[in-house]
Amino acid sequence: MSNKSLPVLRIEAFTIWRRNALVWRRLMGASVLLHFGEPLIYLLGLGYGLGRFVGEMAGMPYFTFLASGFIAWSAMNVASMESMWSVYTRMVPQQTYEAILATPAEVDDIVIGELLWCATKSLFSGTAILVVAALLGAVNDWTAVFALPVIFLTGLCFAAPGLIITALARGYEYFNFYMTLAMTPMFILCGVFYPTNTLPLPMQSVVQFLPLTHAVQIIRPIVVGEPITNLGLHLGTLGLFGLVTAWVATILIRRRLIQ
Amino acid sequence: MPISAPLLVHCQNLSKNFNGKPAVAGLDLDIPPRICFGLLGPNGAGKTTTLRMLLGQSPRSGGTLEIFGQDIELNRRQIRQRTGIVPQADNLDPDFTVEENLRMYGSYFRLPTHEMDRRIPQLLDMVELSARATDRIDTLSGGLKRRLTLARALVNDPEFLVLDEPTTGLDPQARHMIWSLLHRMKRNGKTILLTTHYMEEAERLCDQLMIIDNGTLLAQDSPTGLIRKYCESDVLEIRGGIPKEAMGRLPPSCRTEHAGESLYIYSNHAKPLLELAQGLPDTACLHRHSGLEDVFLRLTGRELRG
Repeated sequence: MSNKSLPVLRIEAFTIWRRNALVWRRLMGASVLLHFGEPLIYLLGLGYGLGRFVGEMAGMPYFTFLASGFIAWSAMNVASMESMWSVYTRMVPQQTYEAILATPAEVDDIVIGELLWCATKSLFSGTAILVVAALLGAVNDWTAVFALPVIFLTGLCFAAPGLIITALARGYEYFNFYMTLAMTPMFILCGVFYPTNTLPLPMQSVVQFLPLTHAVQIIRPIVVGEPITNLGLHLGTLGLFGLVTAWVATILIRRRLIQ
Repeated sequence: MPISAPLLVHCQNLSKNFNGKPAVAGLDLDIPPRICFGLLGPNGAGKTTTLRMLLGQSPRSGGTLEIFGQDIELNRRQIRQRTGIVPQADNLDPDFTVEENLRMYGSYFRLPTHEMDRRIPQLLDMVELSARATDRIDTLSGGLKRRLTLARALVNDPEFLVLDEPTTGLDPQARHMIWSLLHRMKRNGKTILLTTHYMEEAERLCDQLMIIDNGTLLAQDSPTGLIRKYCESDVLEIRGGIPKEAMGRLPPSCRTEHAGESLYIYSNHAKPLLELAQGLPDTACLHRHSGLEDVFLRLTGRELRG
């Protein structure tokens, strides 16, 4: 088998997914609190607090603008955290993958299973924020549920680079580089807090290369019930980014686990 | 050339380099079915690397490697389906209970639920962990974890069982239990491959032993065969000094080895050793039959390893 081949999807990937889901179910209480509690605090604090001064943004109440941006951001955040800290924990201190690789399951199953799991967690989190936003009156139409598959896709797209960092990491502190150099800039620049077209022109070009920009551009209009502009461009960019990083992650994780 | 039974493991000129440095250098390894085969060697000899290659967890750098008559690189999944592994370091899943660990592991083998319902209680019973079935892994002692790891390795009812230092760090009770379980496995027709640092373990369990160092073969035979071939029958261990004239009285056929404060005198005849011992205080010397440990130290040297 060539070391650089594309990952193969097998039923074992879902077994890996199921393993994580079973563990998650056990710790669900804390997890649900985190998923609902955190966005609630952010949305209430920033959305209402800041929103009082801001009023409207891009033709909608600031609270609505922020809530829809937060859904995209949380998809990125949750998938990144899971694909770095949690996957590293399973890979290095717990040696869970070493045990799994003594069975017919393969590295590809682990990679795909973990990608799917990270995206699933993004979906949980995104759903939680959507529910909170709807309860607080930021969602106008039931069609907002169409944001869910996009949230899942966004999770996949950010889980893959997370796995790349994990494959290269020598310790947990390694993840701080990615947090500071990639995740925080995207959080601030990609349209979560304000429209990207208010950025200086050169920056507007730069943020077009950041995947979170495209996730926000799809998720926000769906949540607030507006037409999506350039859907193909945004989906294509996200998809391409996800595929390429997933492929690189597969190669690197194979190299890390099979020596 | 007719072969009586097909070999379970068949490796020729197996080698593995890490960054150009050889860890295993041209090893020939044949294991017939239904025996217990022991791989011995000092730390860093290449034992674990060899096991990892056999299991397809590490690609070989050269040579051929067949298990069940199939190349491991091409049939990894089929081979693992029929193999059970007890790794050196504990890698039980800490997020699950004792029983869930076995169930989860069985699911990686695609075992049907009814099969697990039948097999897992039996396995827990066999390793005497039934009472702990719902306990979390972090509440288990080292010995219990090892027993559970053994049960986990048997969840797919493997024909080939591979154990990397199965009793390292265990107390004598736990070690004896593992030994009796392994005897039972062998009686049930399983083929066992194990590595160990305990010569007593190798002598008790293994039909065939291979001693390796620096990734190459030093010797291979049955435990008694190795002792006959590589060591005199008797040994006198002496701590501290010994008068020069006493040494002079020893027949020239005696072989001596120094190790730190101790002197080892090997001979095929007990008499000269006993005569020498008579003139020395009891606490300073010990006469015994030589064993596998003497063979091991003779072949691999007495200097410490990393």
